[in-house]
Amino acid sequence: MKSLAELEAIRQKTLNRINLRQEKEGEVTRVVIGMATCGIAAGARPVMLAFMDEISKRNLSHVTVSQTGCIGMCRLEPMVDVIVPGQEKVTYVHMTPEKVGRVVAEHIVNGRPVEEYTIGAAEK
Amino acid sequence: MDIYRAHVLCCGGTGCSSSGSAQLIQRFEEKIKENGLDKEVKVIRTGCFGLCEAGPVVIVYPEGTFYSRVKVEDVDEIVSEHLLKGRKVQHLVYSDHATHEQNANKALADINFYKHQHRIALRNCGVIDPENIDEYLAFDGYKALEKALTTMTREQVIEEILKSGLRGRGGGGFPTGLKWKFAAASQADQKYVACNADEGDPGAFMDRSVLEGDPHAVLEAMAIAGYAIGASEGYIYVRAEYPIAVKRLEIAIGQARDYGLLGKNIFETGFDFDIQIRLGAGAFVCGEETALMRSIEGKRGEPTPRPPFPAVKGLFAKPTMLNNVETYANVAQIILNGADWFAAMGTEKSKGTKVFALGGKINNTGLVEVPMGTPLRTIIYDIGGGIPNGKKFKAVQTGGPSGGCLPAELLDTPVDYDNLIAAGSMMGSGGMIVMDEDNCMVDIARFFLDFTVDESCGKCAPCRIGTRRMLEILERIVNGKGEEGDIEKLENLAKTIKATALCGLGQTAPNPVLSTIKFFRHEYEAHIRDKKCPAHHCQALLNYVIDPEKCRGCTACARVCPGGAISGTVKQPHSIDPAKCLKCGACMEKCRFGAISKV
Ligand SMILES: Cc1cc2nc3c(=O)[nH]c(=O)nc-3n(C[C@H](O)[C@H](O)[C@H](O)COP(=O)(O)O)c2cc1C
Ligand code: SF4
Ligand code: SF4
Ligand code: FES
Repeated sequence: MKSLAELEAIRQKTLNRINLRQEKEGEVTRVVIGMATCGIAAGARPVMLAFMDEISKRNLSHVTVSQTGCIGMCRLEPMVDVIVPGQEKVTYVHMTPEKVGRVVAEHIVNGRPVEEYTIGAAEK
Repeated sequence: MDIYRAHVLCCGGTGCSSSGSAQLIQRFEEKIKENGLDKEVKVIRTGCFGLCEAGPVVIVYPEGTFYSRVKVEDVDEIVSEHLLKGRKVQHLVYSDHATHEQNANKALADINFYKHQHRIALRNCGVIDPENIDEYLAFDGYKALEKALTTMTREQVIEEILKSGLRGRGGGGFPTGLKWKFAAASQADQKYVACNADEGDPGAFMDRSVLEGDPHAVLEAMAIAGYAIGASEGYIYVRAEYPIAVKRLEIAIGQARDYGLLGKNIFETGFDFDIQIRLGAGAFVCGEETALMRSIEGKRGEPTPRPPFPAVKGLFAKPTMLNNVETYANVAQIILNGADWFAAMGTEKSKGTKVFALGGKINNTGLVEVPMGTPLRTIIYDIGGGIPNGKKFKAVQTGGPSGGCLPAELLDTPVDYDNLIAAGSMMGSGGMIVMDEDNCMVDIARFFLDFTVDESCGKCAPCRIGTRRMLEILERIVNGKGEEGDIEKLENLAKTIKATALCGLGQTAPNPVLSTIKFFRHEYEAHIRDKKCPAHHCQALLNYVIDPEKCRGCTACARVCPGGAISGTVKQPHSIDPAKCLKCGACMEKCRFGAISKV
């Protein structure tokens, strides 16, 4: 037998787990990782796993992590797009698992992109 | 918290299961593990997505990529390309029949088949894992029960259902709130709530899909109904031919009991409610409410006269409230979102949505849920994708063996209870069979009557004898032995049976005949007077002929003819001897010059 509070806890926990099945455009922050052969070779998978880990630790149920094919700028891989609803897409380059924590904390949680990791900074 | 970045939803509905979705799921799990993705990607078996025609169906989230007709061999590619590298497998993505549009980036809701739909009863079908109560809970599951039990009086619950305008989806269209009110008003030491999951109409599978895809929605609603009318026990009467539905119901009931959502003292409010399953043997008449109750009691499934109505004297002679599966599937949403939300959808007298099982001569066979009042044309053309092979639409049959056939002139009829009756058919439980120019309407009437004659329980004479007489006349007509006056005889018999049969089966059995006479009388007359079947369907009334102008004398037809009916010499026009012809159609298929036709 579950109390009302326990049921509510199950709801929240499960929702975090399955919310990616709801197609709610405009509410979801998307993290998109370049994962073609070049991306994987450059170490995209550890970066993706680090994102998943961080998101799961912080219980960020409005964030989805997905992959995309080659973005065409192999020398900048691993590349990650972060798309916060209502803001412009931000592309991070040369990502490493170590950089992920700041991107999640500053950009995804607080809405301030980490300028120094972005493609803009790399191209300068 | 365990999160997965991608979910692979595989349809485990009856349609897709029969095309091999269980093997797909197994293969996905193996391959995902092999590629070391099992901590990131989760495979979920869901209920029916509705597009069974394109099954087995697989959807990959978060992208919402819709893969159709997926074969076991395709799994490796989806895993290595899409799940590992993030590249959608374009050639497996669902393509729209009508537009041939294939767009992997399109959201599910934008596909034509789904665009015009509005899913309330089916809202969780194909979205959640029906065997996991937590997923149902996550999408507001059992919140309506909580709300009803902890914040509403019984009267308020009934009032809400009454105000919503919800009507029975099992065929009768009786206002659900009123039914609850009557049952609540009956005084007794014990009352029952029952759910009709007998679904006997040929071609219908709405209720099966709800049970397979979202069984908790029905359990929750039954508990709410139990609270409202003062019942502590519920029965679900489901046909034994629905093994997947039965299994998921059993699992769901077990999980709900574990969580204390069924059983004693639910939410510590002092309310007790539990549910049992009863299997039906699949007799159509057992879907009729009084027969159903006799069958649950372990007696012969035969109708008994009403009154007394079940709300007064039903199961085990106690007040009983019976609703259909789809009716229940709306209840929790009404309690949660309010009567006004529900009543804002639909037409003046038919509120909310209705699920239809689209079948027959239609591109997108499947389950669709649309707001009441949606025109037939939208359902058949925009959602259903129209008629295959460039054939012409002739009629649409609604209401199953109790309903009728509507012609092309009535395609703009908005679909609701009253409009369909006014047009000469009825809503029924939601079967919708589309017919094209090759369907003979007299034969369609014969088909449905043949079904009812078979299914009549035989208890009362008008149905047992009357429908058989009608069937004999129809058989005579399609066999070219129709006589002047047959149409009138059919009409007279129909009138008598409708007025005197004991139960709904007999009372509505003549409807398919009456509606086809009304809209396609000329087809009856052609059969009777000219001994012709305008659709070239009835074998007794057609002949295969060879057009000597087109025949090149290739002898292909003569070589396949099993009856030795075709004669002629090489390079000379051939001919068919009607006395020997078996009407098998083999020659017509073989002829490369289109020289053979049916007349
Ligand atoms: C011959 C016959 C067969 C029926 N079969 C079904 C059925 O398969 N499922 C169903 O829900 N109702 C069926 N009904 C209607 C039921 O008698 C009853 O009206 C219905 O289950 C009530 O639920 P509702 O008010 O929610 O529609 C049938 C009625 C008749 C006369
Ligand atoms: S109408 Fe037909 S099915 Fe109904 S009780 Fe009479 S014989 Fe039986
Ligand atoms: S329809 Fe069949 S039996 Fe008749 S002529 Fe053609 S092949 Fe022969
Ligand atoms: S059974 Fe799979 S879509 Fe209907």
